[in-house]
Amino acid sequence: MKLEGYTPSMRESIERVVASRPARLHVDYPMLSPAEKQEILRKFHPDYIPEGMRELRVGPNKGGRTPNELADLLEGHSRLSSVELDLEKIDLDTDVLIIGGGGAGSAAALLAREYGAKVLIVTKLRHGDANTMMAQGGIQAADKENDSPVQHYLDVIGGGHFTNDPDLVEALVRDAPEVILWLESLGCMFDKHPDGTLVTIHGGGTSRKRMHSARDYSGAEIMRTLRDEVRSYPEDITVIEFAPAIELLMDDKGQVAGAVLLNLETEEHYVVRAKQTIIATGGSGRLHYMGYACTNHYGATGDGLVMAYRVGARLAFIDTMQYHPTGAAFPEQIIGLLVTEKVRGLGAQVLNVHGEQFVFPRETRDVESSAIIREVKERGNGVKTPSGFEGVWLDSPMIDILHGPGTVEKELPAMVRQFRRFGVDIVRDPILVYPTLHYQNGGIAIRPDCTTDIPGLLVAGEASGGVHGRNRLMGNSLLDVCVFGRRAGRTAGQRFREVQLGKLTLAHVEAWERELAQAGIETEVQSPLLLPDYTRHGR
Amino acid sequence: MAELEMIPIYIMGKRYIVPNTLTIMGALEYAGYKLIRGVGCRAAFCGACSTVYRLEGDPKLYIGLACGTLVQPGMYLTQIPFYPAERAQYRLHELEPTFATLVRLYPQVLKCLGCGTCTKSCPQDLKVKDYMAAAMRGDIARVADLSFDCIMCGMCVSRCPAEEAQPNIAILCRRLYGKYLAPRAQHLAQRVAEIEAGRYDEELAKIKATPEAELRHMYNTRDIEPE
Ligand SMILES: Cc1cc2nc3c(=O)[nH]c(=O)nc-3n(C[C@H](O)[C@H](O)[C@H](O)COP(=O)(O)OP(=O)(O)OC[C@H]3O[C@@H](n4cnc5c(N)ncnc54)[C@H](O)[C@@H]3O)c2cc1C
Ligand code: FES
Repeated sequence: MKLEGYTPSMRESIERVVASRPARLHVDYPMLSPAEKQEILRKFHPDYIPEGMRELRVGPNKGGRTPNELADLLEGHSRLSSVELDLEKIDLDTDVLIIGGGGAGSAAALLAREYGAKVLIVTKLRHGDANTMMAQGGIQAADKENDSPVQHYLDVIGGGHFTNDPDLVEALVRDAPEVILWLESLGCMFDKHPDGTLVTIHGGGTSRKRMHSARDYSGAEIMRTLRDEVRSYPEDITVIEFAPAIELLMDDKGQVAGAVLLNLETEEHYVVRAKQTIIATGGSGRLHYMGYACTNHYGATGDGLVMAYRVGARLAFIDTMQYHPTGAAFPEQIIGLLVTEKVRGLGAQVLNVHGEQFVFPRETRDVESSAIIREVKERGNGVKTPSGFEGVWLDSPMIDILHGPGTVEKELPAMVRQFRRFGVDIVRDPILVYPTLHYQNGGIAIRPDCTTDIPGLLVAGEASGGVHGRNRLMGNSLLDVCVFGRRAGRTAGQRFREVQLGKLTLAHVEAWERELAQAGIETEVQSPLLLPDYTRHGR
Repeated sequence: MAELEMIPIYIMGKRYIVPNTLTIMGALEYAGYKLIRGVGCRAAFCGACSTVYRLEGDPKLYIGLACGTLVQPGMYLTQIPFYPAERAQYRLHELEPTFATLVRLYPQVLKCLGCGTCTKSCPQDLKVKDYMAAAMRGDIARVADLSFDCIMCGMCVSRCPAEEAQPNIAILCRRLYGKYLAPRAQHLAQRVAEIEAGRYDEELAKIKATPEAELRHMYNTRDIEPE
């Protein structure tokens, strides 16, 4: 196939975009009122589609609405149900076990080490193959003169529709500047002005410009820096790749005491005993809720939620997922991949097939997505692609007009490259976008020190729930990962010495199987999922 | 756009027929491979999916990311999911941002032949040869800048006749630059000190205790910094 870029009928629509550009260049569509926002969410946001969710029949969240795809896994059988395991034979013994080698897991490892712990990171793919690596837009922190942690607090809690856990939000905004300073000291190359002042811009739902970036490789810069730092302490931190945890282990005193791993290549099981266990397994976009394409890495399958649920940990806000307003809608090879919010942060507007604005470009993500869905599905103003997908325009060429030639290339190199690989030039032409499944707003309920209701079990990052309430703002997740990753590492580092472990057991898994049977649940599903199956689909 | 067509490709020499609209990664999966190695972000950010390929009737070896390259008819391909590049052991806070540090940790920097094979093999189209030349001059800032978009896939290492570990040299330079050479953010250190001194404690306690109705009002009427 030759890469031919936009089709003639798409080009016609682009001409209308170009024609309307001068008149709207400095005039954004007005923001919706609070009442209008509620209404559009209720009618168009995927979270509100009743058939998309069902009530859980077992476990701590019994009766709670949960997306079908996740409910199926939460109510699944253990992968160990038909495996003989000798728990007397301990393959790996450690102070702190960290499940997940993304941003939160790596930050936790560094802090736990600072407190004198021996750390084992186990991860499903390679260390750093994670959602953290993919974040483009940036990370929030209130460190400018006109800003404050209090202002940041207000934005976070308003963005989350006032449902967030206030203690967690306080921790987030209070630690934020320290996290940026920590990353700077580890050698992260944030964008700076020549005098050292950090470059900060707006993101959806921010009242101050507090989004820090590293070109549009913000997450990659943080991830590879943390990974390189972890690699600097091989005597204290061991990393095992391609060895996901498939079940938590407990001891006979009711504490979480490690995990069982599966070597993905040899299919061997390993028993890991640990005094503190941190779940940092990230999100679940690869469950493709409601059939949506997603922005997440290949391993984002919600494993941590499943394992924690089986030891009795409660989930919070698990009935709300974030659909990012601007997923790629064309070309078909990259449908669903992220077009960073920074594109709108730099001034690009969102337009329908007629080249008209229909939404303020920087509403919170849930509202912006709902407005795009309405424009396409209800009003029929979408742009059709040859594969039958529909989208709206994101007018990226405005950026160079507003900020000077070369800005797109300089600020958005990853985006330029992503589209150029498939024959689209985003400097010259707008980008076709449609909402895509992006982020798990909720997760395992935690306290500000990352502990849970279950002794010995800590959680950090996208796998946790509460800090963002029902909607996360851009740039608060990379922040969450660093703030709570560090907190989890610190807590585990402070606690491990006092822990006396009893005898290892999988009694909770047997109890779980009995509960499933009692609830009359008949299922073939074994969970956690570990990897999605795309074979023979041509995805 | 061109019509959907079924085309032949060769995965490690074995022939499969796949739709021409797929990426290499999509084609591997279409053919029936459930990937474990060689896949990560699926969006050209992680460098897990390096692929070497040749086209029928063309002796040249090409390198691409499986998640970011369209299949072509007659593609002979294999994935290189891991390449054992050397990484020096160091602790950043014990280093000095100098040429001597680079040479001590990566002595082979001085052996770069300047042949440019690295640049030709980079799926990110980075000027690898140029940043290696900068490293040989001890220009750490330039290495940091030119290498910034590196996803550490290791393909330059695999092709390098001088056995350099370019991505690892590059990240060392970026970290040295970020920690020691880039100007400090004064306002950041100041804000951290203010928070530690308790400057916001009272206000944070107050906003946390504010009833929801009032919070909503504060939120809806908050002033927004102009663009
Ligand atoms: C494309 C994209 C762009 C984004 N942009 C931004 C942004 O600009 N700003 C922002 O703030 N946020 C952004 N986010 C969100 C943010 O990047 C993530 O929420 C955050 O990085 C999650 O970090 P984490 O450490 O919790 O999880 P991850 O970084 O995803 O790490 C989880 C790790 O756990 C591993 N794992 C999973 N299951 C198991 C198991 N069973 N056993 C062992 N290991 C396991 C995974 O393989 C992975 O390595 C973006 C997300 C995506 C996908
Ligand atoms: S899978 Fe990450 S670069 Fe291709």
